[in-house]
Amino acid sequence: MPQLSCRDVSLGYDGKTIVSGLTFDVNKGDYLCIVGDNGSGKSTLMKTILRLQTPLSGKIETGDGVAPNEIGYLLQQTAAQKDFPATVLEVVLSGLLNRAGMRPFYSKTEKQTANENMETLGISHIAKKCYRELSGGQQQRVLLARALCATRKIILMDEPAAGLDPGASIEMYTLIKNLNDSGVTVIMISHDIIASVKYASHILHIGREKTLFFGTTEDYLKTDIGKLYTHTGGDTV
Amino acid sequence: MTEIFDTIVLAFDFTMVRYAMIVGVLIAMCSSLLGVTLVLKRFSFIGDGLSHVAFGAMAIAAAMNLTNNILFVLPVTMVCAVLLLRTGQNSKIKGDAAIAMISVSALATGYLVMNVFATTTNLAGDVCTILFGSTTILTLTNIDVWVSVILSLSVVTVFTMFYHKIFAVTFDEDFATATGNKAKLYNLILAIVIAVVIVLAMRLVGALLITALVIFPAISAMRVFKSFRSVTIWSVIISVKCAAIGMLASIVLETPVGATIVAVNIIVFGLFSFIGLLRRMI
Ligand SMILES: Nc1ncnc2c1ncn2[C@@H]1O[C@H](COP(=O)(O)OP(=O)(O)OP(=O)(O)O)[C@@H](O)[C@H]1O
Ligand SMILES: [Mg+2]
Repeated sequence: MPQLSCRDVSLGYDGKTIVSGLTFDVNKGDYLCIVGDNGSGKSTLMKTILRLQTPLSGKIETGDGVAPNEIGYLLQQTAAQKDFPATVLEVVLSGLLNRAGMRPFYSKTEKQTANENMETLGISHIAKKCYRELSGGQQQRVLLARALCATRKIILMDEPAAGLDPGASIEMYTLIKNLNDSGVTVIMISHDIIASVKYASHILHIGREKTLFFGTTEDYLKTDIGKLYTHTGGDTV
Repeated sequence: MTEIFDTIVLAFDFTMVRYAMIVGVLIAMCSSLLGVTLVLKRFSFIGDGLSHVAFGAMAIAAAMNLTNNILFVLPVTMVCAVLLLRTGQNSKIKGDAAIAMISVSALATGYLVMNVFATTTNLAGDVCTILFGSTTILTLTNIDVWVSVILSLSVVTVFTMFYHKIFAVTFDEDFATATGNKAKLYNLILAIVIAVVIVLAMRLVGALLITALVIFPAISAMRVFKSFRSVTIWSVIISVKCAAIGMLASIVLETPVGATIVAVNIIVFGLFSFIGLLRRMI
C-alpha cells in the first residue's frame, strides 16, 4: 500500500480547472520530483495534498501508517515571517506542537528531538539567533528542521533550493538526499531538472492541463518529453 | 519635588486609587500579552474594530439601564471578535471592508442610541467618557475591581496555557494546520481573549485609545528584542510600567488617565526605536 495515492485528481480555484487526471502513487522511501512549467499547478497540487485546499474532483489518500496530518512541508517563506521576532529554536520547536497535545509546555524528549534535528541540518550553532536575520539558505534549513520535527515520514518541499547560490543548493540537495536515504519519503517541486533526474527515484511531469509523465526517473529519461525537457533545462544529462 | 511625592502618597491613602492602580496594571499586562500576536498576525485593525463594537454595546447597555453592563458588552464583543477573525482570514479585501463596516455601524448606532434614550443631561460628557476613558481615576466600584481581577487573571492563565500554540499559529498557521493542530480552535480562543481584553481595557482608557494600549508595548519591544519570548515578556514590562507611570502622572498633573497612559507609551516607543536604531548601527 502506498503512503500517498492520488486517483484522477483535478485541481483548480473557484471551480476553474487548472490540471486534471493526476494519478500517481508515492511509496515509502521514494524521492519524487514534480516538474513542469510555471503555472502548471505544482504548488496547487502540494497545497491540496496538505489539505489546505480541496481537490475539484478525485481522491487523495494516505496509507502505510501515514496519517493525513503526518506530512511535513517546506514552502517559500511568507511575507509575514520576514519581520517576525523568533529564534531558530522557537521556530524548530513549533514543529513539535502536534505531539504536545493539550500539554502547555514541551517535554524533555521533545526538546531533545528539536536539538537532534538542528544537529542533522547543521544549525545548532545558530539556535539562539533571530530567524529573520538569517540568510535564505539558513532559513530554509530552519524550516526543514521544523518539518522534520513534525514528521519523519513524508516531507513535501516547494523549490527548496530557490534563491540559494550554487554551493548552498548542492548542500541542500545533499542534505535532502541523506534524509531520503535515512528513510524519509521526499516529494519535491523543482525547476532544477538536472538535480531532479540526478537525485529523484520518480518524476511527475505536469503539463498544460494534464499529466505528461509519471514513472521512474530511468523511464523518464527514455521518453521524448524527458529527453526534450532535460535537454532544454541544461546541457548535461 | 516633595510636593509631587506628597500628592502621590496622599492619593495612595485612598482605597479607590489603590484599586485603580491594581486594575490598571492588570489591564496593561493583559493587553500587551495579546498585542504581540495581534501585531504579528496583522490583526491590529481587528482590535480597533472591536473597540468600536464595545462602544456601541456599552451605549445600548446604558440605554437599557443595565446595572451590570459587562454582562451585555462582553458577550456582544466576543461574538463580533469571532466573526471578525473569520472574515479577516478568508479574503483579505472583503475582510477589511467588513471590519470597517462593523466598526462604523457600531459607532453610529451607539451614538444614536445614546442620543435617543439619553438618561442624563450630560450626554457629551458621557460619550467622551466611553470614548476616551474617565477623566479621573476614581470611578471603580468594588464589583468592577473584582470583575477586572478575575478576567485579567483568566487572560493570563489562558495565554500561558496556550503560549506555544499561539506562537505556532502566529508564525505559520498553515503549517500548524497541515501537521495536525487545531489552529481554528486556537484562533477562536484568541478571538475570545481579545474581546475580554478590549472590554476590560475600555474602562481604563476608553474605546478609542484601546488600540494604543494593545499595540504600542508590542511594537516598542519588537524594536529591540528578537525572540518571541523576550518580545512578549518585555512588552508586558513596558506596558505595566507605562500604565503605572501614566496613572501617577495623571493624578499629579490632573490629566485624563487614558490619554496620559497612551502619551507615556508613545514616549517609550520613541525611546525604544532610538535604542533599536543605535543597536543596528553599532
Ligand atoms: N489563490 C489562487 N487563486 C486563484 N488562482 C490561483 C491561486 N493561486 C494560483 N492560482 C493559479 O493557478 C495556476 C497554478 O498555480 P501554481 O502556483 O500551482 O503553479 P506552479 O506550477 O506552482 O507554478 P510555478 O512554477 O511558477 O511555481 C496559475 O495559473 C495561477 O494563476
Ligand atoms: Mg509554485
